Amino acid sequence: MDDKNNQAGENPPLVLDAIGIKKVYPGTIALQDVDFKVYGGKINALVGENGAGKSTLMKILAGIESLNSGRMVLIDAEGNREDVNFHSTRDAEDKGIGIVHQELNLFGDLSVAENLFMNKERTKFCNLYIDHSAQVKQAEKVLKTLGQDINPEIPVRDLRLGQQQIVEIAKTMINAPRILIMDEPTSSLSIPEVRVLFDVMKELKNNGVAIIYISHRLEEIREIGDYITILRDSRIIDSGLVKNMEMSEIIEKMVGRDPTQFFSGQAHKTGEELLKVKNITLPRYGGGFTLDRVSFNVRKGEVLGIYGLMGAGRTELLESLMGSINNAEGEIWLAEERLDKMDVKNRIEAGLVLIPEERQREGLFLNLSVDKNLTMSSIRNFTKWFHILKNRELKSVKEMINAISIRVASPDISIRALSGGNQQKVVIGKALLTNPKILLMDEPTRGIDVGAKSDVFEIVNSIAKRGFGIILVSSEIGEVCSMSDRIIVLSKGKITAEFEKSEIDEEAIRKASEIGHGIAVSA
Amino acid sequence: MLKNTGKRSDSAPSVGMVLLKMRSLIAFFGVFLVFVIIAPNFLTSSNLISMAKHSAIWAILAIGMTYVIIGGGIDLSVGSIAGLCGMLAGGLIVEGLSLPIFGIIIYFHTPMILLIILFIGVLLGAFNGLLITKLGVAPFIATLGLLYMARGFALLRSGGKTFPNLVGDPALGNTGYPILGSGTILNIPLAVWIAIIIAIIAAYASKKTPFGRHVYAVGGNEDAAKLSGIRVDRIKMFTYMFSGFTAALTGLILSSQLVASHPATGESYELTAIAAVVLGGTSLSGGRGSIGGSVIGALILGVLNDGLVMVGVSSFWQTVIKGLVVVLAVIIDQYQLRKQNEAALKQQSTVTE
Repeated sequence: MDDKNNQAGENPPLVLDAIGIKKVYPGTIALQDVDFKVYGGKINALVGENGAGKSTLMKILAGIESLNSGRMVLIDAEGNREDVNFHSTRDAEDKGIGIVHQELNLFGDLSVAENLFMNKERTKFCNLYIDHSAQVKQAEKVLKTLGQDINPEIPVRDLRLGQQQIVEIAKTMINAPRILIMDEPTSSLSIPEVRVLFDVMKELKNNGVAIIYISHRLEEIREIGDYITILRDSRIIDSGLVKNMEMSEIIEKMVGRDPTQFFSGQAHKTGEELLKVKNITLPRYGGGFTLDRVSFNVRKGEVLGIYGLMGAGRTELLESLMGSINNAEGEIWLAEERLDKMDVKNRIEAGLVLIPEERQREGLFLNLSVDKNLTMSSIRNFTKWFHILKNRELKSVKEMINAISIRVASPDISIRALSGGNQQKVVIGKALLTNPKILLMDEPTRGIDVGAKSDVFEIVNSIAKRGFGIILVSSEIGEVCSMSDRIIVLSKGKITAEFEKSEIDEEAIRKASEIGHGIAVSA
Repeated sequence: MLKNTGKRSDSAPSVGMVLLKMRSLIAFFGVFLVFVIIAPNFLTSSNLISMAKHSAIWAILAIGMTYVIIGGGIDLSVGSIAGLCGMLAGGLIVEGLSLPIFGIIIYFHTPMILLIILFIGVLLGAFNGLLITKLGVAPFIATLGLLYMARGFALLRSGGKTFPNLVGDPALGNTGYPILGSGTILNIPLAVWIAIIIAIIAAYASKKTPFGRHVYAVGGNEDAAKLSGIRVDRIKMFTYMFSGFTAALTGLILSSQLVASHPATGESYELTAIAAVVLGGTSLSGGRGSIGGSVIGALILGVLNDGLVMVGVSSFWQTVIKGLVVVLAVIIDQYQLRKQNEAALKQQSTVTE
């Protein structure tokens, strides 16, 4: 491993050396024997599948979580080594470590300057008075070093998403950190915004800041990464210079098997038309359209992939189909039945069911047990008059647990005890128990580990084979491409392209997804 | 996997868990036993019956409240609804329903009066429900509004005076109202029987019917409930209507026991009902709890109330003690929840991923 660094012939300063890090959560080991080196003035990329332990490692470095065993050593400019042990983010900040989280942690109604100085306000008169003008002045300075022309006095709510992300970075810059952790900062940005972010990162790097960069998008890491560390199943698999590693090598090490084998996507035999959607239009608050005359159909046994960038209207489309957004216009036909005037309950009875994007927020009842979660949408099928037939319910629950291999100690265990992947399977099982004809799946593999991911794909394949129609929405282009029989691309609420299985081409899909984003698109 | 080294540690948590889960019942018997020992007349049948009567009223209120709270809401208006319904019932007996347009006054038979008042209770609950589901008013605010309004109407009904002597007039055919409060079957007060019947039905519905399941779902995660095809608004409406029903019933029983309707009747009863619900282990954040627990909670409060009086504890100290008991119950509840989660995680960790 280390020899790869030396091959490069350069000698960047080591700023942080984590040795033998171990972190245990009740029931799982999140990190084991992790050695992680961070170099100053470099972009240190950290990659791994969901659940590999990236976020846990970052949380430990940033003082959000404490480690169970191992050492963290900070090395200052003179080469002095200092053992550190953080008890809070404040500790880590004091030692020059800042973190930019994947989700924005901003106060929308407060101004940019107030956000930047949250909990580190510039004060006068023994903390009795916040020196607003000093904060604004310094905020301006920081934003300028980031090359951004943002007025520090306006509320964060009024900024574009990309600008908010920059504010998030600026927040950490107030303390002039030596190490900056960035956890998937590009996941919600448009392409031009990503470019701006990369410029900012290069600027910081030139100033000697060590950046730890976490991303799913390997292309990005190829472009700006210097060092790469690969995590898998709570352990470090490999580390070294980015330019010395092949893309396929990285993927293989991340996933633990041949990437071409990973997605079990296959063409399905499709039958007659099942779902027909005509001119779905959803007005946007403040003018324009979130969905603009979207029409398509789904056949029996077909997996229709929908790809689009953040904000393209993917989730809104599925929610409009399901009826949980109910101000959309347009026609929805399932077989011979018109659904668009029905409420959610009737649409479920007609054979439509949604597996929502955020399973904990929209899919699960954390106060209830696994079996009650599973039958929540279909309890009427296990009821005589008004009496729940517990035996019949339990029988179906057990069958479903076996059918989609949910790993539970017992059906009446609290849903909270399950891993993300198993929770996701419960959400899928709940949907399948309604005997649907069409399954709407919104990011069904988000935030679950590799094993559960391939299980989910297997479920998709097997239900497609049984004649269900499936709409699969995903922001992982590889997933969409390999799983779908047909792909439609959404951009700014419009369908911009459609690809049959034989014509699927990642590059073309990507281009179609950027139409209308202010980028010149050829062809 | 996680091997236990201690001999007892495998079985100890489960025994501890069972004790924790049954803590309200244990607390009830504990409190009961203490008073049996220190209060000489505690075990006399007259005292037991009077205690049962008090507890029954709180239990009825608490049962309605439990549905609302499990469904993620709160109903602060029940005490006022009880007061208003008592006044309306008293008014119907004493003054009848006067229709000046036709120049007549209608006197209803007593069973009819009961039905009318119960229906009014349901309507008042529906008013809460509509404010909350259709107009998006927070449950706390909506029911606080009705708390004031219903109390105001109760005072307006008689100009603040009491309707005394609700025995009715044989000539008008509206006698028999006091039976509700003082009648007995097998020497047990009618109110207690009513509480038992309502408790059984409510407990059954909460555990064994889709409706009950849906109440827990709505209280646990409203968004997920909507996406699961549950008609959330309907479920919420029903919980408030049921709470209105139990409040009206309470108002009827109270005025019947006193053979008089006073506009201040039922003041702060909403808080007693909430205390009983919380004592029974129902979470105020919704989605968790049981009818049985609330009934036991009401019993604990009833026993404490009468027992402390018999021992001669000043009413000021009684209030302090009741407050302490409620707080203590919530602390133990949090502890149980944590232990329960840990146990579930441990159980799940034996499954190989």
